[in-house]
Formats: sequence, structure tokens, C-alpha cells
Amino acid sequence: MAKANNIWKNIDWVTVIIYAVLVLLGWMNIYAAVYNEEHRYIFDMSRQYGKQLIWIVAAVLIAVSVMNVDSKFFTSFAYVFYGVTILLLMAVLVLGKKVNGARSWFEIGDFRLQPSEFAKYATVLAVSQYIGSMGFNLKKRSSILKLTMILAIPAILILLQPDAGSALVYGILILVLFREGMSGVILFFGFLIALLFILALVLSKLTLLIVMVLMCFVAYAMLRQRFIEALKGLGMITGLTLLLMGVEAISHIGLEPWLCLLGSSIFFGTLFFLFAYRDKIIHVSLIIWIFFGSILFTSTVDYSFHHFLEAHQQNRINDLLGISSDPLGAGWNVHQSMIAIGSGGFFGKGFLQGTQTKFDFVPEQSTDFIFCTVGEEWGFVGALVIISLFIFLLLRLLRMADRQHSTFSRVYGYGTACILFFHFAVNIAMTIKLAPVIGIPLPFFSYGGSSLWSFTLLLFTFIRLDANRLERF
Amino acid sequence: MDRYSGRRFVIGGICVVVAFVFVAKLFVLQIMNPEYKQYADRNVLRRIVQYPSRGLIYDRNGKLIVYNQAAYDLVVIPREVKSFDTLEICSILEIQKQELVDGLKKAKDFSRYRPSILVSQISSMQYAILQERLFRFPGFFVQLRSLRQYEHKTGAHFLGYIGEVDAELVKKDSYYKPGDYIGKSGIERFYEKELRGRNGVSFYMVDVHNQIKGPYMNGKLDTLAQRGKNLTTSIDVGLQEYGEQLMRNKVGSVVAIEPSTGEILCLVSSPTYDPSLMIGRSLSKNYSKLVTDSLRPLFNRALMSQYPPGSIFKIAQGLIALNNNLVTWDTGFPCNKSLVHCHNHPAPNNMGLAVQYSCNPYFYQVFKRIIETGRYPNKFLDSEYGLDRWRSQMLNFGFGQKLGLDLPGEKKGSLPSSKLYNKLYGEHRWAFTTIYSLGIGQGEVMVVPVQMANLAATIANRGYYITPHVVKKIDNRSDMITQKFKRHDINIQKRYFEYMANAMQAVVADRGGTGGQARVDGITVCGKTGTAQNPHGDDHSVFICFAPKDNPKIAMAVYVENAGQGGEWAAPIAGLMIEKYLKDTIPTYRKAQEKKIMDANLLHRYIMQNFFRKKR
Ligand SMILES: [Zn+2]
Repeated sequence: MAKANNIWKNIDWVTVIIYAVLVLLGWMNIYAAVYNEEHRYIFDMSRQYGKQLIWIVAAVLIAVSVMNVDSKFFTSFAYVFYGVTILLLMAVLVLGKKVNGARSWFEIGDFRLQPSEFAKYATVLAVSQYIGSMGFNLKKRSSILKLTMILAIPAILILLQPDAGSALVYGILILVLFREGMSGVILFFGFLIALLFILALVLSKLTLLIVMVLMCFVAYAMLRQRFIEALKGLGMITGLTLLLMGVEAISHIGLEPWLCLLGSSIFFGTLFFLFAYRDKIIHVSLIIWIFFGSILFTSTVDYSFHHFLEAHQQNRINDLLGISSDPLGAGWNVHQSMIAIGSGGFFGKGFLQGTQTKFDFVPEQSTDFIFCTVGEEWGFVGALVIISLFIFLLLRLLRMADRQHSTFSRVYGYGTACILFFHFAVNIAMTIKLAPVIGIPLPFFSYGGSSLWSFTLLLFTFIRLDANRLERF
Repeated sequence: MDRYSGRRFVIGGICVVVAFVFVAKLFVLQIMNPEYKQYADRNVLRRIVQYPSRGLIYDRNGKLIVYNQAAYDLVVIPREVKSFDTLEICSILEIQKQELVDGLKKAKDFSRYRPSILVSQISSMQYAILQERLFRFPGFFVQLRSLRQYEHKTGAHFLGYIGEVDAELVKKDSYYKPGDYIGKSGIERFYEKELRGRNGVSFYMVDVHNQIKGPYMNGKLDTLAQRGKNLTTSIDVGLQEYGEQLMRNKVGSVVAIEPSTGEILCLVSSPTYDPSLMIGRSLSKNYSKLVTDSLRPLFNRALMSQYPPGSIFKIAQGLIALNNNLVTWDTGFPCNKSLVHCHNHPAPNNMGLAVQYSCNPYFYQVFKRIIETGRYPNKFLDSEYGLDRWRSQMLNFGFGQKLGLDLPGEKKGSLPSSKLYNKLYGEHRWAFTTIYSLGIGQGEVMVVPVQMANLAATIANRGYYITPHVVKKIDNRSDMITQKFKRHDINIQKRYFEYMANAMQAVVADRGGTGGQARVDGITVCGKTGTAQNPHGDDHSVFICFAPKDNPKIAMAVYVENAGQGGEWAAPIAGLMIEKYLKDTIPTYRKAQEKKIMDANLLHRYIMQNFFRKKR
């Protein structure tokens, strides 16, 4: 096959162009974010925008070299890459430079490298290689176990730095498994757990229980189409709860209302479960299992929240959920970011006219909070353009992934899209207060060599795979 | 195509839903929300830094030493400056037009968006006029600052001064902005974090006419300034002042320590300067004057001047020899002047007499026993071993290392090791006879005055010292301080210290003692004189002492450069200082002595010495 000619013809140029546009817009916004009259020259190498240009040039070289590599290379070296990154992640825990309390950087002279950025790339390669291999079967427990290991090792090493944000990224690869045939129920449970986690923190114990009980009966009513039965059951639980509260009113033994409700729902839950088991009504058993599981889960959430999360992480989550609003403390970054974006209005203040970012109000304005500058200087319109570009890129990547002939390439394509999606979603969500502040960069946009290079590697490897998708390997 | 390919749309759907949520939220934030819209109406948000008042500094008796006075800075944000009447501003501020133009350019170079100080410390009169007319000068505003004021013209060295922060530090520490003040030396520098408090920030809405329209978001984002913490020093301001008077026109240092706590009672370095020279606009002018003064008044001799200790060192040699059972208290050596020079005195038949007469040949013999251990038959190897053993025990006294005071710039002094002599003379090419002068505090050994005072405190405590320090309480709490400054034991038997105290008592009390001039009526003073040989000029006069002998309240070192005999100058200064501290008044019979010392001018000796040193 005369692939040398075909490669450049088969490249998905649309993706390349979106990439180029995002990178250049990013550079422009970094310039605006750290703009200083003293160093007006955009090529000033002592400033972040000057340095970013060097990173960009290097990224182009990386992209070109990736295009010139044989696609077989990626499959044959997937595990090697993975192994090397794991070693680097271990080394950085010992040799790394401590910045803001985390040991995530290698520092060699002026040059800094963040291995966790490259770990994403290597992990996606390894996951694709494993799922694409002959022995892999989603139904086999050993396959699932090995896959979990591949994801968990880098995630745990990164957690040890500690950099919770970069570790969470690996969770999103569950979407890849979903695409490869994993049951949607697991996805549903993932969603349920996340919802319960938030509810457990926001609602009081009583409200949470009421919500959970009601949800069970609504589910029952929907699945069995028996509304009267559901109402009867609800009545029984309410009755017992009231009875227990009456006992409390006389005896004062310390039965708080939520305890009464808990007692009565556990009593009837067990009772209903026995009936359902006898009559082999699967739905009801399932609902009650989920209900008990949820109670157990929510009661551990509160405990683990206070025992396993560090104070600043607790604060960030609390602030996000509106439990404690402290615009001067934990919420400072986010609040400043909101003002910057909010003050942008429809058309924005114009290039270099942002005042919020220039006043140093927003910390890390060129890295994690780069979207602020977009919102402030380019307004709603600019933000819309950036979001559209990302969504367009993501949908295109998904489409490209589905046209791959090899499982390896397809999984790799989905992995790339998922990683980019996670960064895009979490980064923007945190700047507009929809997610807690998790320090992860906006792909192609944020300042920093390591992240730009790793995203470039990630994307162009897929473009390379896509370019000779017809080839068998 | 496989059977799950439809799931692509679920994943794509999730992406699109997220995007929609973002767009909706941005719509609310950027278009629906009037709060931000109001801000977007080209109104300007002004960020005004509220400088808290810097912590006050008190003496050990609660007397105020350092306080603050309000001053105003004219600040400019270049981006907001419209054309204005330069003449008017110049006339209000009484500055030249060129000064204003230069200042504006400098501000612009720093940042067009962030405020810079244009004119610092304008008078309150100018401030009043300017405040009224400020609406005509968009982009300009006035910021309140505080300046240091001094109640007493004393203690410049340990107090230190504050000045504008260096450009390099601004880059490293985001707390400081150009034009901010920071402690540059002394307590001001060491306790900068405590004294400075925390800047507050207020945000105001300002319209195009430079009028403040009110706090931004009802002040929700403002942070209150936190005042700096007040420091109570351990210094007795009266004693400090008196010490500076006694040391007037002399070069040297007086350091007094309360032995039981390690608290420094006075830290005199002479010549000194008036601390109020180092404030405000005249700082840079006065600073360059002081820094070029040949007497080096900015140099804190108490911590930084490294001197040969002279005979006071004999005490430590004696203690080490006793503790290692090399001699007993009753060991006598003849005063053999062929070994090392000495003066005429009765026979030193025990160590007490040797200390009292400060007999050099006696301590030559003592030091010989310390160095020549007999462990190795080779005398070179033996001396090497002996010297390093000696050094390790001397380190326990705090010599040859920083004591760890709460003041910047402390020097280590030096305790020579075998390595040093190997470098100077070559390996195995030196022995006891090469280094014997260390035993009498001469040669390669160097000590700073605070270490000498610490030696006095150690003997006063009969075997331990507490790291000396000048701050007693931070905002009236002492727990941090007592935790930080710890007790150090010398590991020498207490009874040897008791013997030594007796000998030091005799130095002052006995007829033949060299420290008679330090005698104080009704108080048992223990002391030791020293005359440190100075190859460059007149000898230095040294005296260490503590008093009273039992339950000592003060331990002191006095070092007067080029003043000759220790008993002649340093001892009477110490006597007067003890008189002042323990009795608060100088008895009339001593007035003549006091006057003689205060009036004495020994500066010419220092100047001569430096003159000849330079010529050589
Ligand atoms: Zn003698």
C-alpha cells in the first residue's frame, strides 16, 4: 500500500483546523490575560505569551512527527509508553518539585514538565491496546479487573501528589466502556451515586430520607402501574412514623423525626421485600435493594466527606453547593471569575480591555481560569464560539472514532474524545461555578507546555490512526 | 459496524447537554444579570488597599518605644488619567513639573491598570486641599499610610527601620506591591510578619468624574485590614539609653542579658544614630550619609563585630580542663614569663588566683593539658585530636556559631578546627606550640559581643544558657517566645561553675583584682577583665560580669575598641550599668567616674588605627 502518499490526503483537515484555531485563540487570550504595558511585544520570551509561542512551535513539531510515524508504532509501544509514564509518576513523587503543596513537576533548570499530563495519553493508549487485544471480553471478570488496574495505577499515583483534579480524569473513561458494550445500568448507578453524594451534603437527613422514600414509591408506581398500592404503602410508612413520633412525644427517649422515618421505612422495606421475594416481583426487590444501598451510601458520604477530604477541598465543594458562602475564602477565585465573565456582557469589553483580569483579581488567569478572559473580553458571543468549537470538535471525533475498522483505533478515538470532554466540561464548569474548583487546564487553550503537548499528542495520534483507518493492523 | 454503535449518540448527547447548560448559565451570567451589567457600564472599579497600622514596640516595662503617625500618598492609575492641569497639582504638592512627569512615566511603565504611588508622604495640609479638588484629576487618589515615630532616640540597631520593598521581593512575594514598606533591619525585619498585620482591600465604584459612588457589591468583597501585632521587647529602654550615653564617642558594644530568661536587657552598639533619621522622605538621603560614615554607625557591632575575646576566654578553658579532670581547682603553675608574657603578681597557687590575676602562663599550662592529650605518641596527631575535642566542648558555650537571636545579621565568630590549621600550616606541621595563644583568647579565635554576654549568663546560671532574644511578648502573649528560645546545657559540672563564680567575685572585690572599678555598693558583682591584643592599634578593653552573685539578675559584656586595659574602661562602664539597672540611680560618689567616661572621646584612636591599616 502506498501509504506515504495517502497519509496527507487522508488527514481529517477539519479537525486539524479546529485544533489550530483553538490553539491560536488560546495564545491570544493568554496574551490578554497577562498583558502588561511594559512587555507589549507578543513575542517577548520573558512573558507567558512568548513562552507559549515556543510551546506552540514545539507542539507543531510534535504533531508533524506523529503524522510521520507508522501507525503500528502506537500499538506496539502502547504498553511501553504506559510503563514509562508510570515510572515517571513514581519518580515525580520523590524527585518532583513541590509547588502549591503538590509534587507534580519535574524541574530541570528553567524547564518544567508535568508527567501527569502525559499519563493521560499513555493510559488511553494502553486501554485501547488492551480492549483491542484478543483476550479481552467485557463479560469476563479478569478482563474488567485488568482494565481497572490500568486506570487505577496512574490515578492513584496522581492522587498521591496530591492532584485530585488530574486523577479524576480517568473516571471519564467509563464512557469508553459504555460504548464498547458495558451495561447502561452501571452508568445509571454512577449517576445515582453522584446525585446521592450531592443530596447527602445539601439536604438534612430527614429531607433526604423523605425524598428517597418518595422516589421509591414513584418508581414502584411507574414500573407496576399500581398507584393505589403505592399510596397504601406510603400510608403505612407514614403511619408508623407518626406513631413513633407520638411515642417520642410521651417518653422523650431521643427519637428524632428522621430516626422515626428511618425505623419505619426499614421495617416496611424489609416486610415488602419478603413479600416481593415470595411472589418473585423483581422490580420491587430491586427498588428496595437500591433504597437500602442508598441509605448506606449516604450515611457514609457525610462521614467520608469530613474525614477523607482535606479542608480546602471541603470548602470548595461546600461553596459550590451553597452550603457556606464565603466569597473571600474558598469562593474567592470563583467569585472573581464570575465577575470577570459576567461583566463581559453580550459582546465583551474588547481585546485587551478587560479590567478584572488585568487587576489581578482572578488568580491563575492564564492557566486554569483562561476562560474568564474569553468571557470578559469577548463576551457571551466569544464564549459561545469557544464552546461551539469544542462541541464541534468532540462530535467530529466521535464520528471519526466510529468509522475506525480496528477496535484499537475506535477505543482510542473515544478515549481521546472523553478526555477532551472531561477537561472542557470541568474547566468551564468551575469558572462559572457549576463545579468545584478542580485545577485542570482547558485543552489547547490554557498556558503550559506539558498540557499543550500532551493534548497535541493525544489528538494527533488519533488523526494519524484515522488517516490510514483502511489499513489493517 | 457493531451493535453498540448507536451509543455514540448517547455520548454525543451528553456533550451537547453539557454545552447547553454552559450556554444557559453564561446567558444568565452575562446578559440577564443586572449586577454585572451595572459594572459593565464602563464604570470603574477601584481597588483601594487599606494599610493597617504597624505593630507598636514597647520596652520590658511597658514604655512605648515605636509608634505610628499618619501619612498620605498620592496614587495614580495611568489608564484612567485624562488631561489635567499639571500646574495646579504641582502647586498643591509643591513639586517641580519634571518630577510629576517622571513619576507618571514610571507609573505607566509599571502598569497602566494598577495603582502606583506618585508622591509619597504628602502633608496633611496638602492632603486637605487635594481631597477637595480631586474630582478634577481622574485617575488620581489618595491613600492613607503610616510612618514610624520614635519616643526615644535610642536602640536604632535592634529596632531597625522600615523602607520601600525591593523590586526583587515584589516579584517573589505577591503580598508586597511596589512602594510598600517592609522591615529592613533589626526587629522590624525579623518580626515583619507579626508587625505588618494584613492589608485590607476595599472595592469602590468610581464614575468618570473620579467620584466614589459607593462600595462595590455593598462591600461584600472587601477585606478588613488587620492591625499589626504589638511587640513587647525585653529591652530596658532606660538602661539602653544609659549604655549609649556611656559609650558615646567610643567604638564598641554593651550587651546585657537576664540570665534566667535569656532576655536581652540592652544591646548597645556604638557609635549609633537617631532612629528617626530613617523615616519618611529623608530616609534615602540620611541612609547614604550614614552608610558612608567611616565610623560605620549602621553596623550592629553587638552581633556583627568579631573580636578576639582576650582573657575572658580563660574562664571557659579553666572549666573545660576541670571537667575533663586535667587539673583540679587546687592545681598551681608558676608564672613562667618565658612561656608567654605576663605582668607581676603573686604566685597563682590555684585556679582561683590564676583567674583573679589573669595569669597567662598559668592558662598556657592549662590549655597545654587540654591540647596534648597523650592519646597519640605523635605530637602533631595528638594536638589535632586535642584541638578538635576542645572545639566540640567550646561549641557548647555557643562560640563559633550563631546563637539564634531574633535579630537578623548575627555573625558566627570563629573557633578554629584542625582543618583550619592544616590549611594554614600543612598537615602534621603544627602542634600545641603553634596554637597556644587560643588558650588566652588570642590568635584565630573570634567572638561577637553577644556571645561574650552569653558566656557571662552561662556562668551566672552555673552551667546553662537560654538563647538570648529581644522580644518578650507578641500581642501580650509570651508562649510563642518561650517555646522558641530554649535552654542549652554546657554539660560541665555545676560545682566548677560555682568555683569560677567565686574567682570572678574576687576579680571585682579583692584588692589585687583587676575589675575593682566594677564594684557596686551592697551588690556582689562577679566579673572578669580582658585586654585583647590588637595588632592594628591600641588594645581592646573587655569585661564580662554578672550580678548579684546569687540569683543573678543581669549578665553583661562590655567591649570598648582601642581603649586599652579591660579594668580601665570596660569594668567601670559595667559597674555603672549594674548600678543603673539594679538600683536605678547612680550614687553621688560615682558621678565623677560617670562624667569621666561619658566625656571620654576615644574615637581618635579608632580613626588612627583605620588610617594606618589603610596605609599598610
Ligand atoms: Zn602571671
